[in-house]
Amino acid sequence: MFYAIFIAPFAEFEFMRRALVGTFALALGAPPVGVFLMLRRMSLIGDAMAHAILPGAAIGFLIAGLSLFAMAGGGMIAGFLIAVGAGLIARATPLKEDASLAAFFLVALALGVTIVSVKGSNVDLMHFLFGSVLAVDDPALLLIVSITSASLVILALIWRPLVLECVDPGFLRSVSRAGGPAHIAFLALVVMNLVGGFQALGTLLAVGVMILPAVIARFWARDISAMIGAAVISAAISGYAGLVISYHANLPSGPTIILVAGVLYGLSVLLGPVGGLLWLALPQRHLEA
Amino acid sequence: MAQLRFRNLTLGYERHPAVHHLDGAVEPGALVAVMGPNGAGKSTLFKGIVGALKPLAGSIERDGLDARDIAYLPQVTEIDRSFPINVYDIVAMGLWRRKGAFGGIGGKDHQAIEAAIAAVGLTGFEPRPIGTLSGGQVQRMLFARLLLQDARVIVLDEPFTAIDAKTSADLLDLVQRWHRERRTVLAALHDIELVRANFPQALLLAREPVAWGATAEVLTAENLAKARHMCEAFDEYAEACAVAAE
Repeated sequence: MFYAIFIAPFAEFEFMRRALVGTFALALGAPPVGVFLMLRRMSLIGDAMAHAILPGAAIGFLIAGLSLFAMAGGGMIAGFLIAVGAGLIARATPLKEDASLAAFFLVALALGVTIVSVKGSNVDLMHFLFGSVLAVDDPALLLIVSITSASLVILALIWRPLVLECVDPGFLRSVSRAGGPAHIAFLALVVMNLVGGFQALGTLLAVGVMILPAVIARFWARDISAMIGAAVISAAISGYAGLVISYHANLPSGPTIILVAGVLYGLSVLLGPVGGLLWLALPQRHLEA
Repeated sequence: MAQLRFRNLTLGYERHPAVHHLDGAVEPGALVAVMGPNGAGKSTLFKGIVGALKPLAGSIERDGLDARDIAYLPQVTEIDRSFPINVYDIVAMGLWRRKGAFGGIGGKDHQAIEAAIAAVGLTGFEPRPIGTLSGGQVQRMLFARLLLQDARVIVLDEPFTAIDAKTSADLLDLVQRWHRERRTVLAALHDIELVRANFPQALLLAREPVAWGATAEVLTAENLAKARHMCEAFDEYAEACAVAAE
């Protein structure tokens, strides 16, 4: 019974095993980036950047068909261009960065959908928007795993300036010039991980495996390292449980993974030891000192 | 050789001067109170000293010191107190100039961090998230970080504003200690009695320098009255300053 529910799908089907490895790799790479996005109050920026990837991937598709590397490369380039372009316009004009990014990503989304529709079918469009984690093949898996590895190494390298840039940018400026490069490297991490997630979850949901685990972790840890740990664990649980549920209930797997994360989020809001609603509601006597 | 030398220094914003034609030198090991009404240019001068603001005219010489080697406590820190980080890690950042982004923090460094935390009276607070600290405790934590920075020049912008008497006294002891260690300290302050009792030198600013020298000679009733009257709002239609640049 236990075996049939939790293990058999992966033992019997190779595409399930690939999907599981892919989701675990994504769970390792994207949530730490999401934690920093959340702590810098940039949670929705991740969403905007995810849309920004679409036209690049679509142009790759236009040129080379459903070629993995054309689409991933196009997505990376478009993501960087839009992140940097939005930043430049925000600095050169009175527009704030979020407004400028909003303008960019809406245009990018429309452009991407148009390009895909002109060249491909509705099935292709669905693949672009929502991904197909069960169709992840070996090259795609390699790409996801490489992105995760590179992302973790880069994050380790820029950790100290990145943390300091978040918590006390003025102090970092007063002792070092590392703040600017660390910020750009961080934007690169966001784009990279979204391109990785795009393979499995599509542009609309890739950001889900980045931000939702981070938001969940906020309710479980008070310290940045512990928060990242909690985010990775919740992403891995969502990935595994989402695949199992989608297999047995015959649901689309990408959205199911994100929905499981959504359920974890709901539970965390209620029960999380750090600021969960339940603990606020419980009548607790104040302490002596 | 002076530790800091200002040559006809004008600092400001969008061409409006906030510090106007300042000349003078701070000797190594000097303890200088920078006084003046709000808007007199105290913070602006400090931003110039630490290199956060480029002079509109004139220059600042730092005796070969990189601007980033000057420890600086701004009036309003940009610390995000909701960030999940603890007191120990914030204080440890004081080692940045020696450790950079990658340097390991070893046994000796841990001792130094503990010692700095003990010196500001925050022993026991190491694992506390910074969001749980009171205003005075945050200021103590920032002083611990300054201690670790081990800088030859320390610039404090209104370090005792909104800080209670006990905390001010404790932190003032640290300032005295830096002075005994022959470090150069500049502090922007408003408490005239505190300055008279503790600071050998004072610079009275009111956009223009009013007086600079021994505290007793600077903080006269006449000079203070002058400083109160000299500060005015920026004139949007002011002419270009006629004083010739050197």
